This record gives sequence, C-alpha cells and structure tokens, in this order.
Amino acid sequence: MGSRGICDRVAIVGMGCTPFGEHWDRSVDDMLVDSANAAAQSAGISLDQLDAFWLGTMGSGVSGLTLSRPLKIDYKPVSRNENMCATGSESFRNACYAVASGAYDMAMAIGVEKLKDSGYSGLVMAPPPNDGTPASVTAPAQFSMLAPAYSNKYGVAPEKLKEVMTRIAWKNHKNGALNPRAQFKKEVPMEVIANSPLVAGPLGIFDCSGVSDGSAAAIIVRAEDAHKYTDKPVYVKALSFVAGPARGPMEQDYDYTTFEEVVASAKDAYQQAGITNPRNELAMAEVHDCFTPTELVLMEDLGFSERGQGWQDVLSGKFDLNGELPVNPDGGLKSFGHPIGASGLRMLFEAWLQLRGEAGKRQIENGKKLALTHNLGGAPGECVSFISIVGTEPAA
Amino acid sequence: MAGIIAYGAYVPYNRLDRGTISQALGVPAGKGTRAVASYDEDTTSMAVEAACAAMATAPEGVTPASVYFSTAEPAYLDKTNATAIHAALGLGHEALAVDMGGAVRSGAGALRAGLDSREPTLVALADIRTGLPGSGDEANGGDGAAAFLCSSEPGQVIAEYLGSASTSAEFLDRWRLPGERASHVWEERFGEYVYVPLAQQAMQKGMQLAGVTIEHVDHLVATGVHARAVRAVIAGSGVRPEVVANDFSAEVGNAGTAHFGLMLADVLDRAQPNQLIAVLVVADGATVMFFRTTEAIAKYRAKSTVQEQVASGRAGLSYNAFLSWREMLRREPPRRPDPERTAAPPSFRSEAWKFGFTGSRCTECGARHLPPQRVCVHCHATDKMKMERLTDIPATIATFTIDRLAYSPSPPLVAAVVDFDGGGRFPCEMTDVDPSTVAIGQRVEMTFRRMYSSETIHNYFWKARPVRSSK
Repeated sequence: MGSRGICDRVAIVGMGCTPFGEHWDRSVDDMLVDSANAAAQSAGISLDQLDAFWLGTMGSGVSGLTLSRPLKIDYKPVSRNENMCATGSESFRNACYAVASGAYDMAMAIGVEKLKDSGYSGLVMAPPPNDGTPASVTAPAQFSMLAPAYSNKYGVAPEKLKEVMTRIAWKNHKNGALNPRAQFKKEVPMEVIANSPLVAGPLGIFDCSGVSDGSAAAIIVRAEDAHKYTDKPVYVKALSFVAGPARGPMEQDYDYTTFEEVVASAKDAYQQAGITNPRNELAMAEVHDCFTPTELVLMEDLGFSERGQGWQDVLSGKFDLNGELPVNPDGGLKSFGHPIGASGLRMLFEAWLQLRGEAGKRQIENGKKLALTHNLGGAPGECVSFISIVGTEPAA
Repeated sequence: MAGIIAYGAYVPYNRLDRGTISQALGVPAGKGTRAVASYDEDTTSMAVEAACAAMATAPEGVTPASVYFSTAEPAYLDKTNATAIHAALGLGHEALAVDMGGAVRSGAGALRAGLDSREPTLVALADIRTGLPGSGDEANGGDGAAAFLCSSEPGQVIAEYLGSASTSAEFLDRWRLPGERASHVWEERFGEYVYVPLAQQAMQKGMQLAGVTIEHVDHLVATGVHARAVRAVIAGSGVRPEVVANDFSAEVGNAGTAHFGLMLADVLDRAQPNQLIAVLVVADGATVMFFRTTEAIAKYRAKSTVQEQVASGRAGLSYNAFLSWREMLRREPPRRPDPERTAAPPSFRSEAWKFGFTGSRCTECGARHLPPQRVCVHCHATDKMKMERLTDIPATIATFTIDRLAYSPSPPLVAAVVDFDGGGRFPCEMTDVDPSTVAIGQRVEMTFRRMYSSETIHNYFWKARPVRSSK
C-alpha cells in the first residue's frame, strides 16, 4: 500500500489556453474548440489522433457530451470530472493515469468554465436540496476567516496583514500585466488595492480572484513517446490529490491558519518527485491564490516559508517574479482569472511555457528545471488539494 | 393545586425610538421606544426563545404533555407552528402541539386552557405588532414572547391558579383580514363604551369565583387591545395604584397576544411568596385570572428577567431598517441568487439538529459533532454516537467574517466559527450583533431564528449572538 506516483512515465507534449476574461462573445463550445485546437497544434497532431478525453467543468455542462458535441469526437471515451475549484487539475490527473496505465497512447485533459453568463457577482453554486442549516457564506467570506486567525496566532496586526494581502495582489497584478492571456493585464497601485471596497472581512475586491470565462487543455503521452511530438516535453514528476475529512469546521484544534489537505498533498507530491527542499529546487510555483490570504497561508503549507514567517517573505519580495521562488508568474487566479474548470490546466500551461522558455516578458531565468502547480477546492478546514510537479528532464 | 411552575419571557434586542417615526414622517409618534423583532425573527422563533427559557428553569423531569402556542401573527397558516416550538425544545414526538391563534385574545385563552389541563402543559405566547407607517399601532405596538409551564404537581407550583372568569361580546373594535399587514380600528370612544362594563363584569365574577377581593390584590396585570379602556377599568377598580404592574409601554410597547404574559413574567420576577396576582386581558370581552404565589417562588430564578431584557436592548434602530424588516420597504437585493428553498425531506430527517440543535458525541473518544455524524471525525469509530443537545451551551468565537456579498435579508451577513464549552465547533451566522465589535475570543450563545424565507418556506435554524442572558 502506498502512493507511488507515476514519476516520469508520462509527459505533456502540447498545451493550449484561451485568454481568460469576460467573453460575452464566446460560448463554452467556442472556448473548448479553441483550447483543444491550440493544444493539438502545439503538439503537431490532429484531434482525431487522440484516444481519450477528460473534461473538467464545475458547472458549464454535464457529461462527456459537453466536449464530444462541439469537437465532434467520433465514438471515443470522454469523462467529465468535477472536484470544485480543483476540477481542471483532476481531469489532468486522470488523463495522466490513463496513459501511464497503458490503456491509451494519447489523451487530452481539458477544462472549461463560463462564469460570466450567470449575471451574479462572484461564484454561484447551487447546492443539492438540503435542510437549510449549512451557513450560506460566500467563498470570499470563507477564506477571509484565515485573516483574523493568522493575525491572532502570529501577532501580526490586522493593518500589517492587510499590507501583506495587498502586496500579494499587487505582485500578481504586476505579473499579469506581462501576460497577454490574463483577464487583468495591468498593474494596480497598492493604494488602490488597499482601499478597494470591502467584500468580506478585510478582503477588498482586489483581494479576490477574477471571475472569468476560459478554457485550457493539455495533451499527454507516454514519456518514451514524447520526443515524437516535441523537442521539449514536460515530464510529470508528481501528482497528488487529497480530500480531507472536513474536520476544520468540526474540531476545535483546527486554527484556520493552514490547509491540512495542502500539507498532506505537498508531502505526497515531494516524495513522488524526490524533492527535499522545495524552496530551492523549484523554478517557480503556480498556487491557488483564490483570495490573497490563501496565497499567504499556502506559502507556509507548501514549505516555501517557515510557519508564521510567510508574511515577512511576502513583504520582502521572495515570491516576486525576480525573487528567490517566483509564485504565480502568470498573474495567478487573481490577475489571470479563475474560470473554475480551466484553472488547474492554466497553471500547468504557465509551467509548460516557463520550463520551455516560452514565457516571453515574464520568462524566469533561474536555471531550475522543476515547476509546481497547486490547485485547491473548498474552504479552509474542508477542502480538496491537488499538487503537480513537472520538469524538463526525465530521471537518468 | 394547579398553577405555573416555570416561565420565560423574551424581549427582542432591538428598540425603535418613536422619535425616529416623527422625524421621518412628520407625525407625532410619542416618546420612548418600542421593541422590534429582528429581520430573522418571527412569532414562532420568539416563542422558542421564551419557551426555552421556561424549560431551562423547569423542575427536573417535567416534560410537557402539550404545547399550546398562541399568536395573532402566525408564521404559517394551515400548518401548525407549535410543532416547530416543540421540536426546538427537543421534546420528541410524544405530545400535543397545537396553535391557538388568530386574535390577541387567544393568548389568554391558551393560558387558561393550560392551567385547566390535567397534564403538564407549556403555553407559549408571541406577537409581532405593527401597523401602517405613521399609525398608532406602529408606534405603540411591541414585539415579544412569554411562556408558562403549567402543572398541578405539588411542591413545584410557584403561582397557584385560583380561578378565572370571562365575558365575551361581538362588536367591531379592532380587526384584520387574513393576509393584511395592518389592523383596522373603530372610533376609540366606541370601544371604551363597550369594553369597560365587560371588563368590570369579568372582574367581579372572577373575584367571586376565586374568593378574593380587590383590596387584597398585590399585583394587577392589566392590558388589552384598547389602552384607553384598560386605563378606565384600572381607575375604576378600586385597586391600590402601587400594585398596578408596569406595562412597559415606554420601552417595549404593547406586544398583543404576548403582552399580558410579559407583564405577568415581570411580576413573577419580583413577587414575594403568598401574594395575590390579578391578570386582566381586555380583548373582544375580558378575561381575568387570579394567582397566589407560593413559598416556592422565593427560590425560583428566571433565566433572564423581563427588566434585564428591557435594559439590555439596543437603541438606535433606524426607521428604514425597521420598515424593511417588516417588509414595508423593499430594498435592492445583492447581485446574488435568492437562497434555495429548504427541502422538506432533509428537514424532516434532521429535525433534532435543525430545530433542536442536537449534535452527537462519540462514545469511544468523546469528540462532539455538529451536525451529528455517524463516523467520528477524531477516532473514526462508526455508529458509536449519543445525541447531545447544545442549545444552552455557550461558545467562544474561533474566527469570523463580515460577508458583504452574501444574500441576507439585512446585510452584511456576520458569520463566525464558534467553539462550544465542553467540545464541538460549528460555523454559523451571528445575529443581534454590531459587526464592528465581533472578535476572536468573544463569548456567544445560541438563539433560534428564521434564517430567511424562500418560495413560501421559512428556514428556521440557530444562530449565535453575543451572550445576552445575565446568568
């Protein structure tokens, strides 16, 4: 028994990603056609060559038909995955396992979400019929509960913590300004971020990820076949996914300054990839910055910062694009936008570009060859966490 | 010996200064304040508060065989509201829970029926009183609830029931059609003309039946739907002025069906043993009830006295908040979907949790679970749980948020993760709270509320509020 991983058994040989944003003129079908074709083109294949598909969407469609219909897929397996905000990563993980198992030669993981058609602010999820007792707080409110808990535990004054949150949003907007696909392609001054209208707790509107439409896709083959399609394949080193027992809202010893699920999946992923010092070994990380306090806590959960020190590392610029470990170089959920089902694959898309030296103005040059993506679904104390580690070099 | 063995009162937290009505509408609205049920309260939820307070001070082992609920403002018609009160008290399914409602007078009838019952009976009274903006009913009405546990168990009675008498007459003084938001009243002097003799007649008859005389009355609780008639009856009764009980018109207003209950609770809060209490309710005739306090009242302590609740209210409610809470003013909702309606089968399955705030405790490791679980979150034992009711357990805020995006009938929504004394945690909404004062470590207690209504279904559940009760 154990989580063995599939280190270096599969590789990504093509990726595509639509711009994220308010696509009033594009449907779910349009975005799927765009990202699927972009990925195929990147791998130099036609969509007919694919053997199986994993589609991730939280609410923009049901069943594999959501993909097979617009792409006119001829009688091939298409699974639809859902795992809240980690949906895109979940489709990637399943496609990787399918190829690693030998069942298929070439699979596509594709994610899509159309959030802007609802007409509502923020993310809207319709719960199943229930007894009306779960607290009906919004996602920003749930994540905002991290802030007073972190302040309280580490003695960081709320004003100082707001500065840290602002710094995170400012950095991600700065990175997004260099990204032609990002929803918000501009820098935002710190005072604008800090004074933006409050949404929940200390979170202003600029502390929240962009509500957007978009799609991203990856093509996965066995590692030994990778060079048939590209000179620069990106190998899958680790895939870890955990769902927690949701004990946070139930047990008093959970203190709302960590995601225990992230700690568990990070441990598993580092073991699969043989990483002992993530802060030194990783070229970059894409993390689930759904709200600014989330990114802060993730720095500690992923082992990039010591416990209680993440806020100082943020302020010192350690995670800036030119910092020791760049975090969210593409702008993250904050600036790139967060079309739920697509986000996990969008993170991998940035890893793909950066590791292949194709990230343009935001190219990271630190000589390291591993990248991490982290994707989370749920809320503090009750979430699912996905981590992938990908790299340019297969094990010797 | 039959009588009252326990009681509870509930005065909601918010007060509307009558001056704000004058300012907004340019009409005289009098001095003082009125009590206002919050946006998340209705007569059922307030009755639960009063009933829980009564049951918290009931002698051990007394379980009401019946719950009678009376209000002129029922949350549901065609469906019994007392069943929700009964469920919130965690009394199981073995009882009669019944509404006696529609008119203000029903409250007096419900208490009489409870006192006449041969089995322990809980009588809950609640009302929300309002009128059209600028009306006397709006300014002088009040919201509140009271509950009385009646029993004939010797040694437990704190106020012995001596007898009652009533008069009834058919005439139009005050009326309201089903579905109307406000009542209509006939010319005031006509009501006085009809009521005064009816009340006097009931008083005479009642004193004869109870074998008492007016000069021996130590406390006179006199109230009704016609203030002028009530004043006239008091003035002509020959009662000593100092025994006339406070009617809280300056702080609470007239709480209709529940009002005599609030006044009686206040009298019981202060009464000494062996005192004679007369209760007069003037509504569609008159009803008088006589009680004599026993030695047991010397040791009885209400969970929270009426005076304490009156004193701990929050002044400063704005008139537009009051109007929107009473749905007299429709405001722009947030750009969020309306809440889903509460589904009947899941609510039925979770009755003990949803209404009775009953969690489970693992018998293997002691971990407490809210809501109840089958598998222990701590030791993973399966189906080793015993149920535990947490309505009266105080808690401490572990973390919190002010949600300005969420749907709420009165934004912003305040939510907190609260840790219960003795174990267990639950993230819930907060109420009766100033958002700027919420802090980690703050002490809270649970209160039964109507969270919202969607598609004609009221969603009742528990919220946390800063500790208000004094004991």
